[in-house]
Amino acid sequence: MKFSVILSISKTHLISRRKQTVVAALGVTFGIGAYIIMMSFMTGLNGLLDGLVLNRTPHVHLYTEEVPSVNQPIHKVEKYKDQTKFVYSVKPKRKRPQIHNALPILDMLKKHPKVAGITPQVRAQGFYLAGQTQLNASILGVDVLKEADLYNLRDYIVEGSVLDLAANDKGIIIGKGAAEKLSLTVGDLVQIGTIEGEVFPLKIVGFYQSGLADIDDIQSYVNLKTAQRIIGESADYITDLNVKLLDMKNAPAMAKDLGKQFDVASVDIQTANAQFDSGTSIRNMISYAVSIALLIVAGFGIYNILNMLIYEKMNDIAILKATGFSGKDVRRIFISQAVIIGFFGGLFGLVLGYLVSWLISTVPFESEALPTLKTMPVNFETSFYFIGMIFAMVSTFLAGYLPSKKAERIDPVEIIRGQ
Amino acid sequence: MIPALEAKNINKYFREPVNFHVLKDISLHIDPGEFTSIMGKSGCGKSTLLYILSTMDTDYEGDLFINGQNVSQLNTDDHAHIRNESIGFVFQFHYLLSEFSVLENVMLPAKKLGKKSFEEIEHDAMEKLRLLGIDDQALKLSSRISGGQKQRVAIARSLINDPVIIMGDEPTGNLDSKNSDIVFNIFQELSHEQGLSLLIVTHDDDFAHRTDRIITMEDGRIIS
Repeated sequence: MKFSVILSISKTHLISRRKQTVVAALGVTFGIGAYIIMMSFMTGLNGLLDGLVLNRTPHVHLYTEEVPSVNQPIHKVEKYKDQTKFVYSVKPKRKRPQIHNALPILDMLKKHPKVAGITPQVRAQGFYLAGQTQLNASILGVDVLKEADLYNLRDYIVEGSVLDLAANDKGIIIGKGAAEKLSLTVGDLVQIGTIEGEVFPLKIVGFYQSGLADIDDIQSYVNLKTAQRIIGESADYITDLNVKLLDMKNAPAMAKDLGKQFDVASVDIQTANAQFDSGTSIRNMISYAVSIALLIVAGFGIYNILNMLIYEKMNDIAILKATGFSGKDVRRIFISQAVIIGFFGGLFGLVLGYLVSWLISTVPFESEALPTLKTMPVNFETSFYFIGMIFAMVSTFLAGYLPSKKAERIDPVEIIRGQ
Repeated sequence: MIPALEAKNINKYFREPVNFHVLKDISLHIDPGEFTSIMGKSGCGKSTLLYILSTMDTDYEGDLFINGQNVSQLNTDDHAHIRNESIGFVFQFHYLLSEFSVLENVMLPAKKLGKKSFEEIEHDAMEKLRLLGIDDQALKLSSRISGGQKQRVAIARSLINDPVIIMGDEPTGNLDSKNSDIVFNIFQELSHEQGLSLLIVTHDDDFAHRTDRIITMEDGRIIS
């Protein structure tokens, strides 16, 4: 038999009981709508929070570490080879913070198939000098354009731009906190004092604001060459190599390999930011749990309404069966009603979810942490809409299944004779 | 000649609340074009027999042939198909789908059968309604017409697939004498002019005595 006959019966049932149909569909609409809103907003926020740390963090960070030597002179004495040795007050070995052979390593890693990009950095300690005051300064020499591409540096520059710095060898992008303390504005000169006692005047081309006050008070960016000049080192003096991988999952293995290969200290992003990873997955889990709870409630609503419908429609079911509709046909009639409710309820849920998400995305949201952000972060990912629709159909199908099974089993003789 | 309906040694037990032998060794056959009524006191088992003969009740012992085909061993889907194609039903209480129009009610069994196009079915349904003199009500909701009219719609519906036999469970039991007459005359016309077999359970003596043959039941047996 054609399915259209079943559909036309379902349609008549649904339309002649408009109120109940609408209530059942609204249950699904709100369930799916809430799911879309929650997921869009939660993942939007997640993205923001992750971005605060993860986007700025290299996947693998290579640097040199000053650590005490494991092998002290006494270990080399043959005579005490089998004895237990105690060495007290071991001091770390004085080492230049430079990565040995940094430039060849840089070239090699650039060609590595798993590497998306690599940026060299030079860290220099110094002071901001203003009259009598000396403020601690941590000056980071970077390849500023690359840094902007790989680590979203642009998002944190509140005045000026990376191009201004790239174009100016004597330029500096200074932390906003420091600038306020020194009451400097863009275009001013700032004096940088080095540990060795030299003074470099640099021109402020921009302000940097990370949202973390400790960093904003001391950190500033200069070009790689400028930093090397400040500490009086040559062009092969590199203190840090920041590697960004194509796939973040490879970071722990890569960190280990690279550390061993080049005999440098290395740390991967998962180790450095373990708490963010687990925070994200827990927040996702919560949003899914709440959404599923909402859909289950909507599902029970449909289950109830269909159950009632079937009690009311006992007569109709008996007639349909007496005139030759099989139990399967009757089941299909009621399941199709549930799925139609799910389909339209779900569709409106998607629209509702989209509209409310859009409204949320227009709400002003100023954050110190992310100066470029002006409104609430909302993630309009299409996969949420697909999943929402599938949720709607599956949950209404399940909710309709049991009542439909009952309708299938109704014995027409009992109904007809019972009258 | 193949009988429209034949029952051989049908036995039926009710197991709830106590074991009770309702139908005892019932055998009967209805020829094509025969207008038969079943009479008997309440509780004698005549409705029970009718529901077995209609294939709706499958919990019995014995053999049932419809149009020469043994249907007692078939499954419920096949029974549904046989009811759809070969049996027309008329009940005491009209039993129309109240949310559908009169025309749709008549068309539904034919749509289920799916042998004709939608236009043909609609045309046939209008024909049947015209035959029963209610074609002017075709587009009304079936809950909006009178009791007598509803029963005629039910008869039109039972005819839509050109069945072998029409069964009725007190089809006039709920109607006044005028409407009863109308229904009876329709049945008689169908039987005599179109050669349709009819098997009608009734309490109504007048109705029964005007049919071709009366089967009388008592205590689960056919006594005449």
